[in-house]
Amino acid sequence: MILLFAIASGVLFATGIYMLLRRSLVKILIGLLLLSYAVNLLLFSSANLIPAKPPIIPPSENTPPPGFADPVPQALILTAIVISFGTIAFAMVLIRQSHIVSGTDDMNKMRCSDLPCETDEVVDKHSIEVDKKGDIPA
Amino acid sequence: MIALAIIAPLSFAILMLILSNRPSMQRWAALPASLATFVITIFIFYFSLTSDIQTVQAGNWQAPFGITLVVDTFSAMMLVISGVLAVLLSAYSIGQIDPQRIKAGFYPLFFFLITGVNGAFCAGDLFNLYVWFEVMLMASFVLVALGGERIQIEGAVKYLIPNLLASTLLLCAIGLLYNLVGTLNMADMAIRLKNVQPYGQVTVVAVLLLIAFGIKSAVFPLFFWLPASYHTPPVTITALFSGLLTKVGVYALYRVFTLLFTQDVVYTHTLILLLAGFTMLSGVFGATAQTDMRRLLSFHIISQIGYLLLGLGLFNQEALAAGIYFMVHIILAKTALFMISGIVFELKGSYNLKQLGGLYATKPYLSLMFLLPALSLAGLPPLSGFFAKLALIVAGFALQQYPIVAVGLFVSFFTLYSMTKVWNEAFWKNDIESVHVHQGRVSIWLWAPTLGLVALSTAAGILVAPLYTICQIAAAQLSDPSIYITATLGSIP
Repeated sequence: MILLFAIASGVLFATGIYMLLRRSLVKILIGLLLLSYAVNLLLFSSANLIPAKPPIIPPSENTPPPGFADPVPQALILTAIVISFGTIAFAMVLIRQSHIVSGTDDMNKMRCSDLPCETDEVVDKHSIEVDKKGDIPA
Repeated sequence: MIALAIIAPLSFAILMLILSNRPSMQRWAALPASLATFVITIFIFYFSLTSDIQTVQAGNWQAPFGITLVVDTFSAMMLVISGVLAVLLSAYSIGQIDPQRIKAGFYPLFFFLITGVNGAFCAGDLFNLYVWFEVMLMASFVLVALGGERIQIEGAVKYLIPNLLASTLLLCAIGLLYNLVGTLNMADMAIRLKNVQPYGQVTVVAVLLLIAFGIKSAVFPLFFWLPASYHTPPVTITALFSGLLTKVGVYALYRVFTLLFTQDVVYTHTLILLLAGFTMLSGVFGATAQTDMRRLLSFHIISQIGYLLLGLGLFNQEALAAGIYFMVHIILAKTALFMISGIVFELKGSYNLKQLGGLYATKPYLSLMFLLPALSLAGLPPLSGFFAKLALIVAGFALQQYPIVAVGLFVSFFTLYSMTKVWNEAFWKNDIESVHVHQGRVSIWLWAPTLGLVALSTAAGILVAPLYTICQIAAAQLSDPSIYITATLGSIP
């Protein structure tokens, strides 16, 4: 079980980082999403996966039965999911806005913050060139 | 008491949200609100000097189980600095932030950012630290993009992606640490990490945390987002970021590498030293190529982060004290420089050194105000930068780390070169083709807080003895983790 989680988390990390290294902003967004899933799986398996042993204390005792499943990682994941939901939602809006103001979703063309940029540059929203595969040519 | 440092800015943020239809009221309410925050941090600082480490167990859950807030002298100093910056920058924002940005929610975000920063300084629990980081980052993401100019949006994208990656890595490291020791409380973790076998696992997690906090604090190979984004928002926001955001990352590094990862010092702290050297060099070399004042200063943030890491990497009490003093010095001096660049923009309508000039002839006092923190940054006596660097170098010599000391001195020289360049181009040379957008006087709300910060920065140099004593108290607490652990857990089990 833990091996399955490890593999799944690893694959998600690999694909997430691959997508993060792409130039298109939407793909980067997908990369961030995949990474947040990967880390959630990792957190989930961080206290060893123990099936069918809830940490519930029987009425007659003071401690839960030995070998119970640790509930803390689940609390951590819930927090992490909420936070990543918020940040990804913001990233999505930001990427859409950047597409509107800069007219491109190619990181290589977003140079305004690094090089002096013509302020009166006309931004045409529909000028993105897309090749047959749907990628933006270099 | 210490919970107030978080609750107060949070409630002010909510108050600002309630006032969101009344921008002018927000503008005037922000200053007393941040003054109140500042007073609270002063009290916390006072208590941290008179008593031991202060802790709050949230919901009265005892230490390793609940969320713990811990404030030692180092945290208290950082809280005071965040309070000082909140006051001065909320005053500065009155003269600088335009009504559109206030309408879009500048003040609520400002206070949410302070909440996150103060929370991170108080957090005694690693996951809690992550959450405060996220609070701070979320506010900062919106602040960078606030206003929606093209350059800002692009800067925000470049700021957002690496920082989200860093958060993911931080969360990974927390998950792995939880797997190793089964606790999230940093004091408890510090005890249990010593017994982990084989210890290599801990070192791996330590390096993962180093990368995560390294991205957030703009350490050598991971700093590229900073000069791409810090110069894009209005100066108030840049100054706030330069003063607090990266420093929270450095604070977290100081915390975890003095408390948690102290077993394999030869590996981790040598790595930190190496990164410190490269961070100093790459920052200062990047700065020499810049002609935009804010971008130049942004690169200097990076090079100064290198000095902060140097204090951590040398890792003894003297070096830590020097690092903490450097932190105080750099936050005050760098924020002052950014605020002055804002006044220059107000006067001349440009940040570009090539288009600036003649400021010394028309504004001699402004020039003097620039010169003090600039020379302090370069490390000239009797300003704070001199003592900060002197203390670091003495500590480096004592530990016989000669190469890194040489790098530090070399970088200091180049910092002086950069500052001289700004002085020559913007202040000294004749006015060539000035674009006077602002003919009259610059608003008092820009002058007064800048003057205040320059005075504070100068005072940090002149009053070096008492300030350095406090830094040594803080460093003594950092270099003996058992003090922190006993204060948090009650006793060492």
